[in-house]
Amino acid sequence: MTSSDSIISVHNLSKRYRIGAQQPMYRTLRDQLNDKALAPFRAARHLLKSNGNSNGKRRSSLNGDSTKGRSNTIWALKDVSFDVKRGEVVGIIGRNGAGKSTLLKILSRITEPTEGYADITGRIASLLEVGTGFHAELTGRENIFLNGSILGMRRGEIQAKFDEIVAFAEVEKFIDTPVKFYSSGMYLRLAFAVAAHLDPEILLVDEVLAVGDAAFQKKCLGKISDVAKGGRTVLFVSHNMAAVQSLCSRGVLLDQGKISYVGNVSDCVSRYTDFGCSSHAADVDLSSHPARENGKLPLLRRVRLLDAKGNVSDRFLCGEKMRIELTCEPSISLRNPEFTIGINDWLHTRVFSVTSYFSESTLPPFETECRVICDVEALPLAPGRYTLCLSAGSFEHLWVDHLEDAVSFDVEAANFYGNGRVPDGNYGRVLMKSRWQALNS
Amino acid sequence: MSSVVTNAEYPIQTPGSTAASTLRIAPSRGWVSLKLGELWEYRELLYFLIWRDIKVRYKQTVLGATWAIIQPLFTMVVFSLFFGQLGKMPSDGLPYPIFSFAALVPWTFFANGLGQSSNSLVGSSNLITKVYFPRLVVPLAAVLSGVVDFVLAFLVLLGMMFFFGIVPTVNALWLPLLFLLALITSLGVGLWFSALNVEFRDVRYLVTFVTQLWLFATPIAYPSSMLPEPWRTIYGLNPMAGVVEGFRWALLGTNSAPGPIIAVSSTVAVVILITGAFYFRRMERTFADFV
Repeated sequence: MTSSDSIISVHNLSKRYRIGAQQPMYRTLRDQLNDKALAPFRAARHLLKSNGNSNGKRRSSLNGDSTKGRSNTIWALKDVSFDVKRGEVVGIIGRNGAGKSTLLKILSRITEPTEGYADITGRIASLLEVGTGFHAELTGRENIFLNGSILGMRRGEIQAKFDEIVAFAEVEKFIDTPVKFYSSGMYLRLAFAVAAHLDPEILLVDEVLAVGDAAFQKKCLGKISDVAKGGRTVLFVSHNMAAVQSLCSRGVLLDQGKISYVGNVSDCVSRYTDFGCSSHAADVDLSSHPARENGKLPLLRRVRLLDAKGNVSDRFLCGEKMRIELTCEPSISLRNPEFTIGINDWLHTRVFSVTSYFSESTLPPFETECRVICDVEALPLAPGRYTLCLSAGSFEHLWVDHLEDAVSFDVEAANFYGNGRVPDGNYGRVLMKSRWQALNS
Repeated sequence: MSSVVTNAEYPIQTPGSTAASTLRIAPSRGWVSLKLGELWEYRELLYFLIWRDIKVRYKQTVLGATWAIIQPLFTMVVFSLFFGQLGKMPSDGLPYPIFSFAALVPWTFFANGLGQSSNSLVGSSNLITKVYFPRLVVPLAAVLSGVVDFVLAFLVLLGMMFFFGIVPTVNALWLPLLFLLALITSLGVGLWFSALNVEFRDVRYLVTFVTQLWLFATPIAYPSSMLPEPWRTIYGLNPMAGVVEGFRWALLGTNSAPGPIIAVSSTVAVVILITGAFYFRRMERTFADFV
């Protein structure tokens, strides 16, 4: 059971969602009545189906409620247990849909677990986004008070910290201007400034660093590390592995709602980056790929990476031509199909994306299986390992299918600039040709 | 599985001010306590939400707070024209405009409060999915922020009474309680609707429609004295009937004291409020998943 110095103690925490519940769709009374009326038929069909095909390609861990046979539910979190000691800074990492945010939401008491429990000893504050409750029509001053009280500060406390918050946000001149006239940078600084002056024993932070420019992110990280050094307990969810490694001492790695690893943060990060690149071969069957985001249709069936000679390859040279070939089998007809391929580096930071929508070519509507080919002329990437995120959809249906880190490949140093000098990763991830000259003034 | 530990703990205080208590986060089952103590802990948040609603409501409007008066005033004009002048509706011996306006002022507070609170949870989805606080704060703030509008309209009502030469009697001392009755009704129905609205967006359309019907089911355009006695008291099952008749009696001195009707109305209103609050708390656990 709970050891005495645990400040957070999580026991078999599980959360089940109905599929679609997380999406912005909502149910109407009529749906509910239909649902009830059709339930017997559905149950019968389910029975027939499971007899004929008991070994479906579904992910066993996520799909289905084994006890009740309900197939329209999903376990966003399943039997998660871990302890956090006082003063520890713990990074929670995992792919999109691994359950990180669900875990944080349960610990923040925003939503209830379906099973299991967590004991928290001490005052807790959660920071799931910055600027929660900010109102565009209110001034900076008014928003500080509003946001502060939403985050759980008392009025006296906000008053006492007011000058500090304003100074931290560097918005002294505009403090009595409605925030709708703020630049996005000012808005973010103010929003973060309020949050940064929370004073809890336990702080839960989710991805707030994903916004803002580099300087702002640095400031945020600095503040979080101050909090951590002040002996506070911090749970930090992020995709930014560099930040996780520099801030956290321990890591919790989640995969498909379950704990995959708990322990030393660098072990945790290396495991994460390893399984991000589990598909080393450059010819990947996507029909039941684990990287598919929850609730997406398996529209993309296969991805292949081809080099300039047309051979399947997972090794490319800087500046080499790369052909990405997607095989699609649309379950719904797409009239204006669109594809996006995002390229991530090994820290899962998006380097750039290529989109059919932002290209000169228009793809024809398609109803049957077909191959979509994307040619990247000269791969502008520094040496290192990269992964591809694939999205497919249409103008009408938005993204029907999405896979993070579906396939990985290595880029090796080459004579990109044509001068025999080989770039390395220290100059950034993207290679860009430039012309230089000196003019006599 | 034990239920959530209920001792309300405010998330942030100055460090070391209280001994740390352990909070257990676990699934709750069935009916749960209202946690009014925790609601009290969050009174400052309630204050700030009310303050925000008031502050923002008439921003970027030309007429500003005049809107608070326009709504009951114009309804009064329309009623006076059609029911008073053309329909020759009885008005308990009072000038028809003041007769209907005295009813429209609490009615407008009720109807706006109901509309605002019913949509309040859905409208605050950005808060509900990001921060923990007792969710009851949201519809409560929505109803309470209407008090300012009520006060403005009430001042106009006093002006009209002066114009018609009507002096309020000592019965006017009952007004705060009658106002409380309107508030309880508005909040009670608002709690039901706002919780339902999270899962069933039908409620949004239902509210407009229900409010319209309710207006005519309440003795606003006509007096309840049109009904013979057992029926008049039964009319009190509509809590707003009690409120409206009470306002007329307390301010304008309509002849009969509506004691029985108000007693029935108060009982119904309190029942709606209590059931609404429990239903709300029961549904609260899934708000963040559906909103």
